Amino acid sequence: MNRDMERHKEFSRRALILGAGKIAVFGTLALRLAYLQIFEQKKFQTLSDKNRISLRLLPAQRGEIMDRFGAPLAVNRQDFRALLVPEQADDVEDTLARLARLIPISEDEKEEIMVEIDQHRPFSPVLVKENLSWDDMAKVEINLPDLAGVSMAEGQMRSYPLGAATAHIIGYVGRVSKAELTDDPVMSIPGYRIGKTGVEKKYEETLRGEAGQIQAEVNVVGREIRELTHTEGRKGHRLTLTLDSDLQMQCQEYIARQASAAAVVMDVHTGEVYALCSHPSFNPNVFSSGIPADLWEGLLADPTNPLTNKAVAGQYPPGSTFKMVTAMAGLESGAINASTHVNCPGYYMLGDNKFHCWKSGGHGTVDIVTALRESCDTFFYETGKRSGIDAISKMAHRMGLGDKLDFDVPGEGAGLVPDRDWKQKRYKQKWQQGETIVAAIGQGYMLATPLQLATMTARLVNGGKAVKPLLVRSVEEEGSKIPEWPALGFRKPYLDLIQKGMNAVVNDPRGTGHGSCITQEPYSMGGKTGTAQVRRITLAQREAGIKNESLPWKFRHHALFVGYGPVENPAYAAAVIVEHGVGGAMAAAPIARDILLAAQKRDPRRIRTVDAAETAKPAGEKKP
Amino acid sequence: MTTGRGIGQDHLTLAEKIRLISWPFLLLLVLIATVGFVSLYSAAGGSVSPWAGKQAVRCGFGLCGLVIAALVDIRVWLKLAYPAYALGVLLLIYVDIRGHIGMGAQRWINLGFLQLQPSEVVKITTVLALARFFHGTTAEDVRNPVFLLTPLALVGLPTIFVMIQPDLGTAMTILMVAGAMFFLAGVRYWMFGVVIAGGIALLPVAWHFLHDYQKKRVLTFFDPESDPLGAGYHITQSKIALGSGGIFGKGFLQGSQSHLNFLPEKQTDFIFTLFTEEWGLAGGLSLMALFAAIIIYGYFIALSCQNQFARLLSMGVVVNFFVYVFINMGMVMGLLPVVGVPLPMISYGGTAMLSVLFGFGLLMSAHVHRDVKFTRRGLDMA
Repeated sequence: MNRDMERHKEFSRRALILGAGKIAVFGTLALRLAYLQIFEQKKFQTLSDKNRISLRLLPAQRGEIMDRFGAPLAVNRQDFRALLVPEQADDVEDTLARLARLIPISEDEKEEIMVEIDQHRPFSPVLVKENLSWDDMAKVEINLPDLAGVSMAEGQMRSYPLGAATAHIIGYVGRVSKAELTDDPVMSIPGYRIGKTGVEKKYEETLRGEAGQIQAEVNVVGREIRELTHTEGRKGHRLTLTLDSDLQMQCQEYIARQASAAAVVMDVHTGEVYALCSHPSFNPNVFSSGIPADLWEGLLADPTNPLTNKAVAGQYPPGSTFKMVTAMAGLESGAINASTHVNCPGYYMLGDNKFHCWKSGGHGTVDIVTALRESCDTFFYETGKRSGIDAISKMAHRMGLGDKLDFDVPGEGAGLVPDRDWKQKRYKQKWQQGETIVAAIGQGYMLATPLQLATMTARLVNGGKAVKPLLVRSVEEEGSKIPEWPALGFRKPYLDLIQKGMNAVVNDPRGTGHGSCITQEPYSMGGKTGTAQVRRITLAQREAGIKNESLPWKFRHHALFVGYGPVENPAYAAAVIVEHGVGGAMAAAPIARDILLAAQKRDPRRIRTVDAAETAKPAGEKKP
Repeated sequence: MTTGRGIGQDHLTLAEKIRLISWPFLLLLVLIATVGFVSLYSAAGGSVSPWAGKQAVRCGFGLCGLVIAALVDIRVWLKLAYPAYALGVLLLIYVDIRGHIGMGAQRWINLGFLQLQPSEVVKITTVLALARFFHGTTAEDVRNPVFLLTPLALVGLPTIFVMIQPDLGTAMTILMVAGAMFFLAGVRYWMFGVVIAGGIALLPVAWHFLHDYQKKRVLTFFDPESDPLGAGYHITQSKIALGSGGIFGKGFLQGSQSHLNFLPEKQTDFIFTLFTEEWGLAGGLSLMALFAAIIIYGYFIALSCQNQFARLLSMGVVVNFFVYVFINMGMVMGLLPVVGVPLPMISYGGTAMLSVLFGFGLLMSAHVHRDVKFTRRGLDMA
């Protein structure tokens, strides 16, 4: 008993020591808990919120693009897409194989899908196929019981109702490339598309709108548990263009007679572009859903450059269409006047150098009107020599050549108007007088885009106003942006003289473009033919009398025509280029005639939202 | 021993025994278990299935077991101590071998209604065996180091087999409880010094025997942020859950960390985290107070026992309970490495619940028979 008493005492003593240890341990735990929950509460609260809230972006609907009459040029078409949730499928590959029997899925696509599946969490849906028709959707829907994990969803696909006819202006949308990534988080949405070319690219910001947002509570693997907030995005702004889609289609049809051509029609007073075409074209609807590689490579390799908007980006020697500029330079500088006469023996001598007129027999004695009418080179060689390159290049710039026109389509070419400084800078050589002679007929270094040539023509026939081509009429309901174009300060008698010449080109039986005159009353047009050398005609060729048509296609002359209509009170200016079309009168003039006739018949000017005066922008604010 | 039945006497009637059971203690246990049901209900996203309901049923069985164990005479437990110990070790060896053959760390035996974990069983049976052993020793015996080899072997055997499983947490628990019992039995202080020093010296060797994942757990314990999505994930997320709870918590069923599954093992090892995320510091401290009350109660029971076996058994059960609580809470608060020890009475798990309640049954038996005195071999002191 005693022994047990002793043991009991010892036990109690030690139990108390142990108890003290336990109190210390519990105290530590309690303090730790208090520390975490009081002093570090803020920090952990933040971490906890970060853990549970995830943002998901909802792409905003892209703004539509309309023509001037409200006809759709770019719209969002509802499409159907097949999605696959990998974790719901028993066997992903088997499911895909079964799905491929219903809708076309290539082996390449299957591989891509498998890669996508590997990269995503098993519960996040992977896009299997988009742009499915209602029929496809129905087929899949019926078979859904056999397709575990597959679901159908509706999406928005950019669609271009006019297809190839507007491909170059409107452009297309495509997946965001690495180089295009900006801060806008919407770009990181899988499958998000942005404008790649044309108006779609130039007005990307306007069309894009603002992405909506879903704040969702997610669990540890990122699966959404519930929505916390849902903010609707803002739809992109609608763009209304100056184009007339019917005219655009007709134009596209007309230039398609040739292998490679471009055309522009614009309002001579407002600068509104009614049609702007480049042929060959491509189907932008294929691009927006993802272009197959072989098609893409084919387009790139095509010598007629279907992907290039030749009306805006193509730069060509203006050839004889430049003669109005030389004439105006001569008239303004006083080098020539209405009664100046030049004898054309078929060539022009500058010192020992012989410059040929296109007509080997010569035109005899010509004045400014007859020289334009018959496109006499000798007259303009003489005018160029008298005026000098400084006056010619200055006049060319006033006409809108040699500078970008701030057009609403990316990739605009600036053309080239050579002068002394340019020559010095470019070649470190002095300007030669012979180069002035060549420049006077739009050859040599001179380059212009069809858009610039149309602008030039508009400025010649609108009373000398510095119009620029416009493509966007309004953003949403914002009203027209057409400014009042400042005057260029040309003297009316000179402009009348030029117009008289251009009228004669088409409407005088001796005119180079008479074969394309408009016979249908009350419509009419004036203009100027042009033939631009791609390669210098060698002496040997000239002597052998080799016809340009017999040369390989890519060495043939470019055919040009600039024109306006009607002759009285001109409203429309047009420029047409047929690449390697041999001769302006033969290849370009008939197209220009059809275009100007169609323009006058359709009269897209009948709709004018806002008069130039109403916008009342102070003249001179926009310098030409 | 023929007459005078009642308190202070060696043989008690069933009614007397039932009266002697400390019902307030049971109430305390039910209270704690209720915290567990509430937490499991929340862990399941506000549903009694799959955890809370099952746990309640097991708790009911456990409480019955507790009462039955309490009614069994303490001398019977004394006699059963070694056989129970042997059975525990055999079960342990059985799962070890089967696990070895099956090429997996299966730690339980399926009994149909329960997946019995022998490692939980040996915790109690080792306590029983040690109490039985030290009951029969004299003060002089325990001062003799050579004499202590037997109890060391008693502890070492199950510890090794548990470590083989490998279940480091349980092995540590067994060692700590055994250490406390050695201490209470009167083993001299310097011996603990030697053992602790030896243990520290052997740490590098022990480290060598750890599995890679165990090493990783220990390493990330010292720097959890070094690998926030890997091995440090558990502890980082647990601290976020605890910390974001604040003083009054996020509210019942509102624990975002737990409900969104950021918190791993929320129904088992990390249930305290779930509880304090939702109930805050106030809830956490209240639960700790309940645990403390159980332990203090256990102390009074142990100290009032009139024989060494009952005292040691009671304290063994109490220390075992305490060690559970301490390791689990230290673990979820980032004070100890993640070793996989459940929070007793709260964490989901059948064997742990039953073994804890059975342990308390033994404690209660000691309490009911506190005045029974018997010889070193368990014979009545006539």
